[in-house]
Amino acid sequence: MAKSTESPMVEINAVSKSFGDVRAVDGVDAVIREGEFFSLLGPSGCGKTTLLRLISGFEHPDDGHIVIAGQNMDQVEPNHRPTNLVFQSYAIFPHLNVEENVAYGLKRNGVSKDEIAEQVNEMLTLVDLSGYNKRPAYALSGGQRQRVALARALIMKPKVLLLDEPLSALDRKLREQMQIELRGLQRTVGITFILVTHDQEEALTMSDRIAVMFDGNIAQLATPQELYSRPKTRRIASFIGVMNFVEGTLRKVTAKTLEVEAGPFGKVTMAPDQMPAPLEPGAVTVGIRPEMLTVLFSAKEKAEIEVTGVITNTAYFGDMTYYSVQIDGIDEDVTVSMRNTAGRRVLAVGEETRIGLGRESLIILS
Amino acid sequence: MALWFNKESRSGLKLVSAPFGFSLLLLAVPLSLMVLLSFWTQDYLTLDRTLTLNNYREIGSHPVYALLMKRSVIISLMVTTITVALAFPMAYYISFYGGKRKALWLFLITIPFWTSYLLRIFMWKIILGYNGVLNSTLQGLSFIDEPLTFILYNSNAVVIALAHAWAPFAILPIFVALEKIDRSLLEAAHDLGDGPVRRFFRITLPLAAPGIIASALIIFIPTVGDYITPKMVGGTDGLMIANMIQVQFSKANNAPLGAALAVTSMVMVGLIALGFVFLNRRWLRRQA
Repeated sequence: MAKSTESPMVEINAVSKSFGDVRAVDGVDAVIREGEFFSLLGPSGCGKTTLLRLISGFEHPDDGHIVIAGQNMDQVEPNHRPTNLVFQSYAIFPHLNVEENVAYGLKRNGVSKDEIAEQVNEMLTLVDLSGYNKRPAYALSGGQRQRVALARALIMKPKVLLLDEPLSALDRKLREQMQIELRGLQRTVGITFILVTHDQEEALTMSDRIAVMFDGNIAQLATPQELYSRPKTRRIASFIGVMNFVEGTLRKVTAKTLEVEAGPFGKVTMAPDQMPAPLEPGAVTVGIRPEMLTVLFSAKEKAEIEVTGVITNTAYFGDMTYYSVQIDGIDEDVTVSMRNTAGRRVLAVGEETRIGLGRESLIILS
Repeated sequence: MALWFNKESRSGLKLVSAPFGFSLLLLAVPLSLMVLLSFWTQDYLTLDRTLTLNNYREIGSHPVYALLMKRSVIISLMVTTITVALAFPMAYYISFYGGKRKALWLFLITIPFWTSYLLRIFMWKIILGYNGVLNSTLQGLSFIDEPLTFILYNSNAVVIALAHAWAPFAILPIFVALEKIDRSLLEAAHDLGDGPVRRFFRITLPLAAPGIIASALIIFIPTVGDYITPKMVGGTDGLMIANMIQVQFSKANNAPLGAALAVTSMVMVGLIALGFVFLNRRWLRRQA
């Protein structure tokens, strides 16, 4: 029941926050919808964690307002916000056991002992830790700490659950497993999740929508598919996945078509949606993903646009092979990924080959 | 103690053998000698080397020794309580609000140590005396008509002087314990609904407990055996067990009885200290 409705849960209006001379968050606007899995993605120092701390109330904006569930949060302290935070370090209370950690927020509210016990067990079952009630904090593994932190936050029944790089401390295998579990958990509880991460793969696999942040600003806010296939700028495109860039010139923009000279790819006519950010005619960057390029192995194989190049490097990954191809007219070697299907050989370094592509797989970037 | 068997620990033992020999010579040997001495008796100018429990019987039969021991423990516990209670806010301030000046604050705390302890006690005499700074100020301000006499030459003065002298020793362990508290734990408690007071009692205090117990121990053990302070500012009703031990070794010329008193008070302090350690263990086990 991923009920990502249209009603806003967190509204961020022109929020700025500086630390000394550093403008960590610089006039950010965003609306996070009820029930969605929202990610703040960006390199370290882009302001994503500061934005999360502004939402949770540990920092207060210098300018602008944050509205959660229709309520202005200007003067509201973290303990009175309908949000709960899962800390990057998990912040498990070392002097308490699992049960006491999870029940921490409830004990204050004058809830009866039986009810607390019942809710704690419910939460521990939800995060797959049932039976660990009396386990002391120091005897927990990284993954278990993460689950306790999740249970401790979710037992408060927050309207928004905030997660500050919750998976970065886990090893790769556990991280991948937790990504799936976290997404499943969000669907089960139906709460709005806001995740901060620097891992683009993590953001793509888990989120309903992603805000990519650079230098305190949101560079693009879109669904994972849109972000991957229609990034607005060169910087976003290279931050999310791999993208090949060709210097080109935008000749003509009409309501129905774009005419571009795309270096060695020649003169190409494209659809308007292949230019995610509106640009004036002039110098532009044309981008294409490695999987959109095809090595044409035999003379029989044809493509809409064809260029020739020389293989400079191959990286064999079992199911895939990544080629670096030198093509005249492109400064950097182009990356081409090919699935190793039956009978398809792996080209050697130095071989000349034809590379094919479709014009609809090109995008124009600023 | 299966350490003895592996090679690595043998080389480790070699490393510690010098300090170990040192402490054996300077700690274990004198201590054993003192215990032995306490089973001998003084026969005017000579020592009677037959082993006997007479000294301990003497201690048991004369109420003055029990009185002095009780007083020592009470004074020392008072000093401990006051010192730790005053040290905690200071340590808390430095740890949480010291910012970039933490090192400077800690350095300032050590300033009293720049003068000798004797001078510091004399200073307290000047402050607390009949015509001292405190009394003349209070009289000058007409708060009192006659000088206060309950502040010098009694156990109160001993408590005040000791609490002042030992404050830095109490501040440091508490400071270290507070420094070790991960600030995100306090944020987590804040996030889970706790205001500042609840955060303090549910997170800060329990996590600082090992430091508090450690400083209590550090203050309690040496102050029980202090004899300079009571001698200088304690008058007659402020004398402690260490003064009696000193008298036995010097004026009374009864070293065996002094040794027996020392052993008795050592056992007593040891038992109380064990209580503290037990408390500490309980905390440590939960936090390991």
